Amino acid sequence: MTGRPITAGYIPLVDAAPLIIAREIGFAEQEGLALTLRAAPSWSLLRDQLLRGQIAAAHMLFPMPIAAALGLGGAPSRVDILQVLSLNGNSIGVSRDLAQKMRAAGHGFDFADALAAGAALIAARSGPLRVGVPFPFSMHAELLHHWFAALGLRAPDDFEMRSVPPPLMAKALGAGEIDAFCVGAPWGSIAVELGVGEMLLPGTAIRATAPEKVLAVRHDWAEAEPALTRALMRAVWQATRWLGAAENLLTAAEILARPDYLDLPPELIERSLTGDLVISPRGEMRATPGYMTFHAGAASFPWASQAALVATRLAARHGLAPDPARAAARAICRTDLYAANLADLGADLPAARDKIEGGLHRPTAFPAKQGKVILPADAFFDGWIFDPSASA
Amino acid sequence: MPETLSIVVVETDPERAGLIAESLREAGIYKITVIPETTGLARRIAGINPDIVLIDMASPSRDMLEELTLASGPLERPVAMFVDRPDSSATKVAIDAGVSAYVVDGLRADRIQPIMDAAIARFNMVQRMRIELQTTKRALEERKVIDRAKGLLMKARGIDEDAAYALLRKTAMDQGRKVADVAAALVTAAGLLS
Repeated sequence: MTGRPITAGYIPLVDAAPLIIAREIGFAEQEGLALTLRAAPSWSLLRDQLLRGQIAAAHMLFPMPIAAALGLGGAPSRVDILQVLSLNGNSIGVSRDLAQKMRAAGHGFDFADALAAGAALIAARSGPLRVGVPFPFSMHAELLHHWFAALGLRAPDDFEMRSVPPPLMAKALGAGEIDAFCVGAPWGSIAVELGVGEMLLPGTAIRATAPEKVLAVRHDWAEAEPALTRALMRAVWQATRWLGAAENLLTAAEILARPDYLDLPPELIERSLTGDLVISPRGEMRATPGYMTFHAGAASFPWASQAALVATRLAARHGLAPDPARAAARAICRTDLYAANLADLGADLPAARDKIEGGLHRPTAFPAKQGKVILPADAFFDGWIFDPSASA
Repeated sequence: MPETLSIVVVETDPERAGLIAESLREAGIYKITVIPETTGLARRIAGINPDIVLIDMASPSRDMLEELTLASGPLERPVAMFVDRPDSSATKVAIDAGVSAYVVDGLRADRIQPIMDAAIARFNMVQRMRIELQTTKRALEERKVIDRAKGLLMKARGIDEDAAYALLRKTAMDQGRKVADVAAALVTAAGLLS
């Protein structure tokens, strides 16, 4: 491998695929990079490594750079979102005990209807629901907060969110330390595989499309290293395009499965990539199209309105003023670099950096500066929308 | 005389936890509590309300502590030392040693220093032992594979052990690979063919 050395950190999850594929299929090398990937044991360590310059770029939960901009969980620091790495890919699961009660009460586990599943869950619970999420600043937490609020549940009387590292999620569920979880692939499948829980909903049942992981770098680094930033963005974007082709998913699963990456059975990883999920230990299957998306519908574009939405929610929960929070979050979405660095590769470029979040019930064309932008449905299950112009 | 500092060490391995606690005791008078990594970690720590939390950086459980930094009361709020004081030399040394510390905001540096020194020294040693163990294990596994490959070559080509090893080494050099990798490839291929 030849080229300019660069190190990126990641958490061993299926949605780290764009970085792993950028290296393994040769997109990084083609862009003149010798890309080294370093797995991190925790999101907090990954963030610290990025802030301290031990890694140049990181696979991050979408809300993490926003939390950093807001000064939550550490000193305020500016970490930029260069592009989105993946959409969706989370699932909500419940303990066997809760699942049995819900089935006994007539819930059919259709893996689709968030309202019905929520009602069944509320009826089956005894006391506050203890729900595991991987990190306080995560789309898992955001999805659950939205779902619970819409169902009329309030923290801490009705539910309690606990941070549990994904590799320990199945164990925590099995040990009765949590009643339910929201976790990224493949850890939901693993809980099913181990027989400690059943999958109740994909994240897409709560919101049809939501950003999940991003490619993040320090703002200073992006300013100081424009050529490296450009090469990295191009390599990763081409990897997402490659991952967007269904015929490549089997290969991707085999690569991700290797001991130096996820070290898990390729079948399990393939299920997450294709969205053909096994939801119960009895082997019931549910096909979930768009379970995890890397490319279609301008998936990589870092919409400022999405960041503003998450900032609004974080500000409300942590008692911060909403307007400065939204402004700070919008500033870190590098739509400028996206256009400058990816246009000649043929990336579809939306004509604006904001859209109404949650407004689409079906795929819809969006004005484009280049190419054709067909946005996927992104509605919340309860019809809630976020209009960035109304709240800016 | 300020109050005795309370330190929580998050460590599942009892032997390792004991070593760390012991070196902290040698460094001064502290109230030390060892907690294994469990899912209720954040709540248990909040219940103890320590001044300092020490946790191995390689532990995925660090994410559970993130909740603590979001607690509402400013005085009970431990902050991630490495995020809030990224430039201090203690931070740098600790990071190199692989220890994460959460320290209550405003705790004076001269009170933290001896604790960090003791913890770092111990973590350093444990870290080194872990790496040595891994290296030894790998070397042992490689030796086994090379021995099997040598055996296969000796049988297939009717050569002696030295010649078999020379052949493996030459092939590795020609292909720019490690002897162990060539040996592993040969063993796998032989397994497929037999």
